[in-house]
Amino acid sequence: MPEKFDVIVVGAGPAGTSCAYSCAKNGLKVLLIERGEYPGSKNVMGGVLYRKQMEDIIPEFWKEAPLERPVVEQRFWMMDKESVVQFGYKGLEWAVEPYNNFTVLRAQFDQWFAQKAVEQGALLINETVVTECIVENGKVIGVRTDRPDGEAFADVVVLADGVNSLLSKQLGFHREFRPDEVALTVMEVINLPKDKINERFNLEGNHGTTIEIFGDSTKGNLGTAFLYTNKDSLNIGVGTTLSSMIKAKLKPYELLDYLKKHPMVRPYLEGGESAEYLAHLIPEGGFHSVPRVAGNGVLVVGDAAQLVNAIHREGSNMAMASGQMAAEAIVEAKKDGDFSEKSLNRYKEALYGSFIIKDLEKYKDAAHTFEKYPQYFKEYLPMMNQAMSKFFTVDGTPKKEKQKQIMRSVTAEKGTLKVMQDIYRAWKAVK
Amino acid sequence: MHIVVCVKQVPDTKIIKINPKTNTLDRRSAPAILNPYDAHAVQEAVKIKNKTGGTISVLSMGPPQAVAVIKKSVEIGADQGFLISDRAFAGADTLATSYALSKALEKISKDKPIDLVICGKHAIDGDTGQVGPGIARRLDIPPITNVIEVSEVNKEEKYVHIKRKQINGYEVIQSQLPCLLTVEKEINDIEYAPLPNMINAARYEPIIWSVNDLEDVDKTQLGLKGSPTIVGKMFSPPKLEGGKRLEGTADEQVGQLMEVLLERKDLLKLKTANS
Repeated sequence: MPEKFDVIVVGAGPAGTSCAYSCAKNGLKVLLIERGEYPGSKNVMGGVLYRKQMEDIIPEFWKEAPLERPVVEQRFWMMDKESVVQFGYKGLEWAVEPYNNFTVLRAQFDQWFAQKAVEQGALLINETVVTECIVENGKVIGVRTDRPDGEAFADVVVLADGVNSLLSKQLGFHREFRPDEVALTVMEVINLPKDKINERFNLEGNHGTTIEIFGDSTKGNLGTAFLYTNKDSLNIGVGTTLSSMIKAKLKPYELLDYLKKHPMVRPYLEGGESAEYLAHLIPEGGFHSVPRVAGNGVLVVGDAAQLVNAIHREGSNMAMASGQMAAEAIVEAKKDGDFSEKSLNRYKEALYGSFIIKDLEKYKDAAHTFEKYPQYFKEYLPMMNQAMSKFFTVDGTPKKEKQKQIMRSVTAEKGTLKVMQDIYRAWKAVK
Repeated sequence: MHIVVCVKQVPDTKIIKINPKTNTLDRRSAPAILNPYDAHAVQEAVKIKNKTGGTISVLSMGPPQAVAVIKKSVEIGADQGFLISDRAFAGADTLATSYALSKALEKISKDKPIDLVICGKHAIDGDTGQVGPGIARRLDIPPITNVIEVSEVNKEEKYVHIKRKQINGYEVIQSQLPCLLTVEKEINDIEYAPLPNMINAARYEPIIWSVNDLEDVDKTQLGLKGSPTIVGKMFSPPKLEGGKRLEGTADEQVGQLMEVLLERKDLLKLKTANS
């Protein structure tokens, strides 16, 4: 007779593990199923872990979690072919407790986090693929895995099976996602000695920097690149929507190679040794793509529910928060002994009342706008570089005259009205 | 039938790097896994148990995190597992290791007599293949190495029929029980473990013994103290130069090969040097 649990969580990433942790902590009998060799073995992200949502689950986690560096500086680059306009912020208040965010290597961090859930009493099994939910009378009652005697039952099944969630698709919660709703990101971990990293990035001790790179990093396509500092390695990666990649016939590895060889980036990587190559899809459909998240005996969390804010590169924090909200709903449902959609909709209400859906709603048209109107990445970023170059080049022209020339060159190219329209459109998309 | 399988946690040598300066294994560079030969040993125990019934115990020596390989063995189908873990065991060579394991086996057999001990052929981090036979010698039972098939187990009349791998073909032997087998990889295919085993393993807490839990132990025979082996030097084998690929029809390839051999007589010398 297959075993019955209170909760089966599919996927031991940040969303699933956070849900399993909170359920187990509340005394529920939890089975956490991971398809990879160990939690984190299949997971990819640029590498920024936000403090707040993790701290809500495990207070003062930074004292024991395998973190790389606390981020004290965030830089933004508007890059052209042979130039870059930079701005950013560095503050030492981020170098002390409680910190703001950290760089992490997911293969290590996810293992640690899953171990924490195990310590709370969750049962973790790896190398096991859930092939489908077992549905009876319109209610999810368990899962079927690819193993012999592979069925297990539960009051609630939590789908944390990541972007493209096949399981929630099988349940009819969402259609196949379109290429403009997902981004393909490729990244490399490049080993570099700690002192070299500190010198090149102007850092002290374990302080870390993140650089987000727009413009020529994606050859002007909708997307971003990143360069993050770990203890003794760098994470460098680049991603664009799948639709842009198809349209521009970009090959992801060629794009990463282009970025690594870019004259603005190259000096940072010099002499580094490539240690790992990773690629993953990221759900970036935003608000409009969020699927149904609750059903009879089932909840959907994290990437599986498309909970990623691409503009602010937030995802793992939303995953954790959604996992925790799901756990709270399950604990309440358990008290009532009612695992119907109506009861589990507590999760949906919590999710839609939180920063997660509010933030996704704020930017609901941003990606669409920038994809439809490529001039922001393709034209304005180079213009910005040219303007800065002109303004700071000392050639005897009065500064006022320079300003006029810059304005003229911008409007001459596109017409004043067009420029005003573009500015308004961009503002509307992110306001 | 009580079968005990000795297992070891090893760094995954497919991935591990050797520090070129110190010539030592950089253990952080590779994940720790169940020694692949030992996985086949556990699998063989499961196959035997499916026919004869009984209990499978696994035994390992190592740091506390080595419980992972015992849990992995429970996934494959072992019923219980013991880890001997103590600073006193640290730094052991094959002599000291086989001594410590034999003491643990004595303790296990007091609770439930052991009919059969199975070990992997060797561990992939040391490649010695000495611990299995070392245990057999200390327990005074026959060591049977290079096992590729367990054809029959008769627990009533206490014998086994075994196929042993030889350079040319194989050898069929009968041995008394209890005895100790060291198995080759081709003895079986590791089966995809059933889900209930996975859940059992996730829940299972191996029994951990310190040196004081073992009886009649001569501590001078343990760990670094009990290890006469000295590692003189460690090196990575030199990288092989890329070879040449012969293409074309079989006849053309033979022709090309003959040309190479006639040109490079040194290639033939290796053989004459050996003979």
